[in-house]
Amino acid sequence: MVPFSGWNMPVQYTNIMDEHNTVRTKAGLFDTCHMGEFNVKGANAKKFLQMMLVNDIEMLIPGKSQYSMMCYENGGIIDDLFVYMINEEEYMLVVNADTTDKDFEWLTKHKFKEVELENLSRKTGKIDLQGPLSEKILQNICNHNISTLNRFRFVDAAVDGKKVIISRTGYTGEDGFEIYSDSDDTVNIWNLILENGKEEKIKPIGLGARDTLRLEACYNLHGHETNEKISPVEASSGWAVRVHKTNFFGKEILIEQKKNGTKKINAAFEMIDKAIARDHYEVQKNNQEIGIVTSGTFSPTFKKSIGLAFIQKEFSSPGTEIDILIRGKAHKAKIIKKPFYPYKGKHIDIKEDQKWKIQKNLSTLKSMNG
Amino acid sequence: MENPKELKYTKEHEWVKVEEDNVVIGVTDFAQHLLTDIVFVELPEMGKEIEQGKPFMVIESVKSVSDVYASVSGKISKVNEDLQDNSGLVNDDPFGRGWLVKVKIKDAKEIDKLMSAEEYEKFCKEEENK
Repeated sequence: MVPFSGWNMPVQYTNIMDEHNTVRTKAGLFDTCHMGEFNVKGANAKKFLQMMLVNDIEMLIPGKSQYSMMCYENGGIIDDLFVYMINEEEYMLVVNADTTDKDFEWLTKHKFKEVELENLSRKTGKIDLQGPLSEKILQNICNHNISTLNRFRFVDAAVDGKKVIISRTGYTGEDGFEIYSDSDDTVNIWNLILENGKEEKIKPIGLGARDTLRLEACYNLHGHETNEKISPVEASSGWAVRVHKTNFFGKEILIEQKKNGTKKINAAFEMIDKAIARDHYEVQKNNQEIGIVTSGTFSPTFKKSIGLAFIQKEFSSPGTEIDILIRGKAHKAKIIKKPFYPYKGKHIDIKEDQKWKIQKNLSTLKSMNG
Repeated sequence: MENPKELKYTKEHEWVKVEEDNVVIGVTDFAQHLLTDIVFVELPEMGKEIEQGKPFMVIESVKSVSDVYASVSGKISKVNEDLQDNSGLVNDDPFGRGWLVKVKIKDAKEIDKLMSAEEYEKFCKEEENK
């Protein structure tokens, strides 16, 4: 067990390699109760979140979630998070454990009138079921047909008679679900899933494999690829910044950065020399420092050493050779196109979104015409 | 796994086997369990001088980098080349094919300071209960 953002968390239940492969080939269960959940509701909830977050809430429909970031006016990332649209006037934010209190303070400080903000983190339990056999395992014990649930969709459902939110999202590059429940029910749901997944050889997965899985999929980890001194564009997540929005924190600088680019960006690399790069190791080109490693590990899937680095943009195109200083010695590496491991699960159903939007526009038109 | 009686042990969970004026150094089964998933062993250069109690090479698991401390002082006389391509040998056979280096030892008296298998087992129990 290791202390992690005020929680005691297992790095591994058995060993990282085995847990990692279990998620890639079967199914694994993660205790993610440490993450924070906020409820945001009220007539101005959407307007408020549009101001606070870089992605566009207008792209959501009820029952759909979206990756976003919360930035300071100078573009620095306070946190990266998921927004769940419950209905036009109610949203759930899922934030990182370490930043939960800071996020809540920042949101409270800038809250609009007619917005209610509630920190549900302590009352909400969260577990992630990830891997190709997840759907089969979860379907046995929940009352909702989840085979039709698409990526980034969520539904209210029940497991063992207890209310849950089942969301087809995750942090591994595999198909899978995140399951939110009242924290009093979470242990039971955890045990029930493990019991029901026995035949599929499900295993509990620790923080160690959570990190190797997300790194292969090239998902950022706050405090590594993103932090208060790095902007979404620098973190190579500029795609989530919607500059057409009316106004939001960081808009001005992020528009400029999206247009003109930044000096440094985050890029993926693999080692050529036999060695493992770890975070904070210096990256060099021609003996000059060009940046640092933000995450690095040995990839259990590809059996090689991989990582992400925050480096000068001119050295970030795939194929470029760089050096990484490991215990004082330069070791060769090369830039690789992201991600190492493309998402293997279900995809987004855009048609469903469009249908909803047409209906919504029709009803708005109708109400306007009285 | 039993700690072989003929070996000597350190508090840093290394074992030492005396072979005339050379000693063989490896990590114990207890250590490989703690390290898990060893994916890379950075062997020292031949001829490198090492000093008892000081780190002289590293073992990397998926998650962490760990120093290996010199059990004795001396000069590296051989390294286990098999670990270059198969570092998992340290996990699979820590007292055998997973050996790390051979050292031409400077002062045989240093070996007397090390623990017997029995003493080491007691030490591990204390560590586990910490």
